[in-house]
Amino acid sequence: MARVEFRDERCKGCLLCTTVCPKEIICQSARFNKQGYKVAEVKEDDMDKCTGCASCALICPDLAITVYREKKEGK
Amino acid sequence: MSAEQIAFKAPEIMIDRATHYCPGCHHGIAHRLVGEVLTEMGLVDDTLCVGSIGCSVFIYNYLNVDAVEAPHGRAPAVATGLKRSRKDKFVFTYQGDGDLASIGMAEIVHAANRGERISVVFVNNTVYGMTGGQMAPTTLIGQKTTTCPAGRCLDREGAPIRMSEIIGGLGGTAYCERASLDSVKNIRRAKKAIRKAFEVQQQGIGFGFVELLSGCPTNWRMDAVAANKRITEEMIPYFPLGVYKDVTAEGGCACTEHGTDSKEDK
Repeated sequence: MARVEFRDERCKGCLLCTTVCPKEIICQSARFNKQGYKVAEVKEDDMDKCTGCASCALICPDLAITVYREKKEGK
Repeated sequence: MSAEQIAFKAPEIMIDRATHYCPGCHHGIAHRLVGEVLTEMGLVDDTLCVGSIGCSVFIYNYLNVDAVEAPHGRAPAVATGLKRSRKDKFVFTYQGDGDLASIGMAEIVHAANRGERISVVFVNNTVYGMTGGQMAPTTLIGQKTTTCPAGRCLDREGAPIRMSEIIGGLGGTAYCERASLDSVKNIRRAKKAIRKAFEVQQQGIGFGFVELLSGCPTNWRMDAVAANKRITEEMIPYFPLGVYKDVTAEGGCACTEHGTDSKEDK
């Protein structure tokens, strides 16, 4: 199963990632980081919808996102 | 969990520290693309980066390569000196539009015309970002800035300069392309463009130039998502994406991978 990990202290809450997610599961959270930005997140229930396409990580200007994908069989 | 692999993580060349850029600024994406291309080409230890004046002045804090800081607009001149004295090194400059298209116009045009074996990454966000959003040569008609509060006027200030068209028309240019950082598709294209502009230097063919359309949410007085939309809706129609010169392509003429959309203004 694919999943994404947000580094809260790097996120600046620009929300560009929310515009590119094909599953539209990324949203703004209610919590602030140390710098006072409202960070982006994927709700726990939505995480299984993640396909690991890495679009969010590609557009993130702050390298806040790491994407994990399931290893294909036989590789 | 053991069957899990990392699909995307920050490239190692990027120094692990938060950038000073505003939320939604595309400099972060441009830095990463440059870093990825340098890593893929195996150039990390042989690169000399020439920083310019502007928000990207601190590029050496984020990219782990040797760097020189040039006076305002003079990055291509500094890069010329570096490359001529150290031909074994890979030399690139990273400049904004206030730097390259305004005060540095003479340097960039002559460096390109001489066919210096350097590469230039040009980030075009249509304003002077660092100094507070003044009008740049690339500011669009009607765009409000601190020095043209009523909007840029064609009659008074002239039309925005299209740099890729100028550089693409010069004899020493080996590769010239305009790309954008507003969508996933365009970011992927931008990476290929950067790679091509770097390769022509490595192959000793000539000058490599890549223009990246990017956003400046703070000085455009909008949020990051709206700024991204502005690139798509206002900037790309005026600054058409595409390859403006590619001497490596068959026939040696400016052919395009980007279909017909780039031919509109030719």
